[in-house]
Amino acid sequence: MERIVAALAAIVLGVGALILYFFGTNFLLDRLMPDRVDANGIPIESREKQRERIRPWLFVGPAVIILGIYLVYPAIQTIFLSFFDDNGKEFVGLSNYQWAIENPGFRQSISNNILWLLIVPFFSTGLGLLVAVLADRIRWGPFAKSLIFMPMAISFVGASVIWKFVYDANLASAGNDIPQQIGILNSIIVSLGGSPTDWITVSFWNNFFLMMILIWIQTGFAMVILGAALRGVPEETLEAARIDGASEVRIFFNIMLPQIMTTILVVITTIIITVLKVFDVVQVMTNGQWDTQVLANLMYDLMFRGGGDFGRSSAVAVVIMVAVIPVLVWNIRRFRQEEAYR
Amino acid sequence: MNTRALNSLTPGGIIARGALIFMVLVWTLPTVGLLISSLREKDQLLVTGWWTALQTAERNLQGRTGAAGDQVQNDDGMYVISGTVFEEESGSQRISTYGGGFLPASGTVEYEPGEQVGLSDYSADEVVALEDGTTFTLNSDGTYEWVSPEPFELERGVRFFATVSVPPSFSLNNYDEVLSANNFDQSFINTFVVAVPSTIIPIAIAAFASYAFSWMEFPGRQLLFVIVVGLLVVPLQMSLIPLLRLYNTVGSTFGIDAKSYPGIWLAHTGFGLPLAIYLLRNYIGGLPREIIESAKIDGASHFDIFVRLVLPLSIPALASFAIFQFLWVWNDLLIALVFLNRTEDQSVMTVKMGELLGSRGDNWQVLTSSAFISILVPLIVFFSLQRYFVRGLLAGSVKGG
Repeated sequence: MERIVAALAAIVLGVGALILYFFGTNFLLDRLMPDRVDANGIPIESREKQRERIRPWLFVGPAVIILGIYLVYPAIQTIFLSFFDDNGKEFVGLSNYQWAIENPGFRQSISNNILWLLIVPFFSTGLGLLVAVLADRIRWGPFAKSLIFMPMAISFVGASVIWKFVYDANLASAGNDIPQQIGILNSIIVSLGGSPTDWITVSFWNNFFLMMILIWIQTGFAMVILGAALRGVPEETLEAARIDGASEVRIFFNIMLPQIMTTILVVITTIIITVLKVFDVVQVMTNGQWDTQVLANLMYDLMFRGGGDFGRSSAVAVVIMVAVIPVLVWNIRRFRQEEAYR
Repeated sequence: MNTRALNSLTPGGIIARGALIFMVLVWTLPTVGLLISSLREKDQLLVTGWWTALQTAERNLQGRTGAAGDQVQNDDGMYVISGTVFEEESGSQRISTYGGGFLPASGTVEYEPGEQVGLSDYSADEVVALEDGTTFTLNSDGTYEWVSPEPFELERGVRFFATVSVPPSFSLNNYDEVLSANNFDQSFINTFVVAVPSTIIPIAIAAFASYAFSWMEFPGRQLLFVIVVGLLVVPLQMSLIPLLRLYNTVGSTFGIDAKSYPGIWLAHTGFGLPLAIYLLRNYIGGLPREIIESAKIDGASHFDIFVRLVLPLSIPALASFAIFQFLWVWNDLLIALVFLNRTEDQSVMTVKMGELLGSRGDNWQVLTSSAFISILVPLIVFFSLQRYFVRGLLAGSVKGG
């Protein structure tokens, strides 16, 4: 009970301070720059114009300051740090990058990341599109969609626990019978006459078992957005194609798909960004062991293992950033184009 | 929208339904498995799959009877060693057969080829006469009684093996264990303390900023907003190292702990702001110009317009983002690892579960129940507010659609 009260107090204080800021500063502004009034209190000159020059900064001020401290400054600082040693004191030039290129762990992270980038967006988007198309024409479609969407709400860590139960293996020791399996995947394999495998430790292929977890989470996202886009395809076009005798499959590939191409790209880039930052799944499932290392987890490792190496982990962060830059540029250009339509 | 339903009897219709059913199964079964597992007894959880939860399982048990030191003389002058073979509470477990180092009165026990030694020599509840004139009874509830006319002289008890049938049983014991023994209830509260302000603060800041970006004139407005759009995709990994250093500096300068709740609130605020501003500006900027201008003519300041007019009108957009941010913060592991201590009063649930997952051992029961507790709140939020959640997703990705 006491703990709950303390928790509530912390929440109220934190949020209260913010509300106080917005109301307080605006109140002060009105007080410090009041309208001029004559002796009877009748306004003779409004100073709203002057106040309106300051007020925007009261509105955007907190956002600009926080974005500056938490994103802009650190991003620049990280680039600097990547040229310095493990303490961030001595300039070492490109040696952190050189270390990275020569380091087998880093190279493996890069190749794993590329694998993730190819597989996860492709399957999430493909399966999401498939469900969106199928569920649209079936009576219990909305229910099915809701269930497939559900993993979106689950944390990567929670999802990892859930999938541990799928992949779990009870290996047979020499000379004994195959024990009972509590992992459903191995149980199916044993019932088909195979022998259980510890999937998570099978080098190379274990990457795909980790990816499955992310695909499981992201498919619902793709499904919702692509479903909405599909509904935007004009019914008349589809009807016309049907009258001309086109099959449903042809209608899908020749009419629907081209019309929602932009949305598909948006979905793919969004998932790409998620994949680049993938950390939780690898951290809790394998912590990069058995050849499953990825950049984000490597960076975390470098940052905290053995006292921390700021230089090298910054260099890894910069590599992630560089990979994101094309998406960033594309995003801004798309935004500009949309603004032009406004 | 396409209103033509697929005919359920055409081959296409059957394939479509089959594919969808398959997808739904793959997408829900793992979660169902977790829920069922979390309700099972821990000794069953470790030996059989959750899909067998409704069957009666069999397991083997080995133990040792009491020795001479445990014997008591009963009213009839007989010497008795008694006890139970279950170490913990037996619940509804039943012993069916057993065997071991007992030598029966008549002949020796013969084993069928391939039969497991000593598991099914005798049935439970039967009185077995042994060669030395004693009788042994193992009851199906696990209690046993060894009766002898002469005093026992055994220094060690006799080893035996038994087959135990375990009927299905479900309970909240695992939840009880994780909440009391593992302090998971504290982590639950901690997660709330992190998540609630980390949701409200960015929304408030972003709402004000979005209004300014939409309806106020100030130099650099366009440029600042383009920067915000760019920051949407900056990986937060970029920020961690400098922020960690900054926090440590601030902490040591003012003599306070570098890892604190306000610290993580602000971090989540910073990382959530670009999306918040982007979503809310789309919405607030789309409000009809006449509303704002007529209020302006009536002499209202921007502050009044925002608080009295725009804020109430933006509730749907605020709700969409709130759900997003709440789920994101609730589910986050990385920021919690970096910005909070791993102490009881600061560990959130994801951090605790990460630790449990890392330590390989027999703690499945703790893992399953803790995982289900941690996904319970997101699932409730998700299913009750799905409409807003979808709207937020759409606003972020497909505009004008």
